[in-house]
Amino acid sequence: MKRKKITQDKVVYFINYIMLTALLIAVLYPLIYIVSCSFSSGDALVSGKVKLFPVGLTLQSYKAVFKYQSIWTGYRNSIIYAFVGTIISMVLTLFAAYPLSRDDFRGKKIFTVIILFTMMFSGGLIPTYLLIKNLKMMDTMWAVVLPGAVSAYNIIVARTFFANTIPKELQEAAEMDGCSDFRFFTKIVIPLSTPIIAVLSLWVVVGLWNSYFNPMIYLNSQDKYPLQLVLRRILLLSQVNLNQSNIDPETIRKNQYLSEMLKYGTIIISTLPLMIIYPFVQKYFVKGVMIGSVKG
Amino acid sequence: MSKKTKIQTGHRKTFGQYFLGHWQLYVMIAFPIIMLFIFAYAPMYGVILAFKDYKVSLGIWGSPWAPNHGFYNFIRFFGNYNFRECLRNTIVLSVYSMLVSMPCSIILAISLNYAKNLAYKKCVQMISYCPYFISTVVFVGIINMIFDNRSGVIGSFLFNNFGINVLGNAGYFSSLYVWSGVWQGIGFGAIIYMAALAGVDQEQHEAAIIDGATLLQRIWYVDLPAIIPTAIIMLILNMGGTLNIGYEKILAMQNQNNIAMSEVISTYSYKVSLVSTFPDFPYSTAIGLFQSLVGLLLILITNKIADKLSGTGFL
Repeated sequence: MKRKKITQDKVVYFINYIMLTALLIAVLYPLIYIVSCSFSSGDALVSGKVKLFPVGLTLQSYKAVFKYQSIWTGYRNSIIYAFVGTIISMVLTLFAAYPLSRDDFRGKKIFTVIILFTMMFSGGLIPTYLLIKNLKMMDTMWAVVLPGAVSAYNIIVARTFFANTIPKELQEAAEMDGCSDFRFFTKIVIPLSTPIIAVLSLWVVVGLWNSYFNPMIYLNSQDKYPLQLVLRRILLLSQVNLNQSNIDPETIRKNQYLSEMLKYGTIIISTLPLMIIYPFVQKYFVKGVMIGSVKG
Repeated sequence: MSKKTKIQTGHRKTFGQYFLGHWQLYVMIAFPIIMLFIFAYAPMYGVILAFKDYKVSLGIWGSPWAPNHGFYNFIRFFGNYNFRECLRNTIVLSVYSMLVSMPCSIILAISLNYAKNLAYKKCVQMISYCPYFISTVVFVGIINMIFDNRSGVIGSFLFNNFGINVLGNAGYFSSLYVWSGVWQGIGFGAIIYMAALAGVDQEQHEAAIIDGATLLQRIWYVDLPAIIPTAIIMLILNMGGTLNIGYEKILAMQNQNNIAMSEVISTYSYKVSLVSTFPDFPYSTAIGLFQSLVGLLLILITNKIADKLSGTGFL
């Protein structure tokens, strides 16, 4: 009986490893495939010769990306939007979260309801669109950065973190010594909360960096397009501008190859920044989700 | 006596006194609250547009009420031949995606929990979060490339061997949408369940082992009950989004071939207003309001049911 149990457990453990390995392969394969494609020649891409490793090793797709001006304009815009947006959003989130985390804060209930209600009900696309229009924010950075700056969910996560990590005695002692609330917040609370600030910033940066819908409806001028909108034209609409005035069939074929290679190059170049920061913040990242999972 | 102790513990100040001492807290919270009033509550007031016969020159408030006691736009939507199709597609995609992605994340969490080799576990975790950082546009671009029936590695394989054209056939859209979503979100989704598993009392496992429980029995009787409250909260939160599922991704995935299955309520309301040459703002607002109301209702209902069944409602 006992031996049977042990063998059964061993089999389950073994199957478990097989499952995890299968998942690993399923996640990794498309990623490796895309990287390999970005190093392959246009001819191999169009005929679908790449299976796992690069075919006809070349750096041409990256050369094409570096020459493609609007990608870099988009890059610059995305960095500005992500930077400004994250600062605004974090300041607002922490400003809301700290008072709410304090037991003695009067009016906690009503403020919490005001904030939580936005999670459950929203005005919808058109009223928001008309609001942005009336505020004269059309075609400006603010239309991209401000509407989503206050996230109820992030506030709840930060509030839970503050409530669980900032000792009440510390705040009472500071108050005795005549330390104002704001001073306590900037000198004590913020330095003690780097993990949660890192996590929430990461979420906000990822959200801003990856969003395309809001920029798409609010921005008209191409020089204000963030990277995602430039990518949308290249990847989804296949509108690659390579000055195709030439009708020489050889050039057209070359350009077709080039635009295909450009796609893979841009995927890598645009995803790289987040992939580079990610390993550094990974441990905070998991922590943040766990804090968020604590019942509000 | 009781009065005296009350004084000793510090009597409860009036709000005015409290405010004088802690006005800075109110200044702090004022900024985010004002922002919410502008960007979340003002649009809620703007839904009044759904009941109006909108004339740009008159503004939202000045426009006359729509016919049929203001419900003209809703009646138009419910009577429209697009309505049933959009509603069906929306529900199919949401329910399919909820039914698949939640169990997948739970299975991954349990699976990781029993991976004894720590280095391997860390490695699987780290890699499974990666796809989460890929943007919608890039992700859909990748899907289109990999499943292309001529040059894509999986697409050409399926097309050459089984004659399946994944991108060209509307019938595959829902599966493509859901399973690509699993690929992207499984690692991230599992984190929350791993947190729940970390909270399981180890003594319960030890007791079960002594009683001769197998690994599978322990998972079934010890781990799963620990996950259920978290799963229910996630379900409640997801329910609210049933009608506004990932329109960014769906919009990006839409093409001529799959439009019959991929047109959902959100994308439809976007198209009749901001894309159309004759933008119909009140109509689109009515659709949006319908979505928000159904979402709110679903959250409240699931919460109520969860509360009745297991006491795990959170509102």
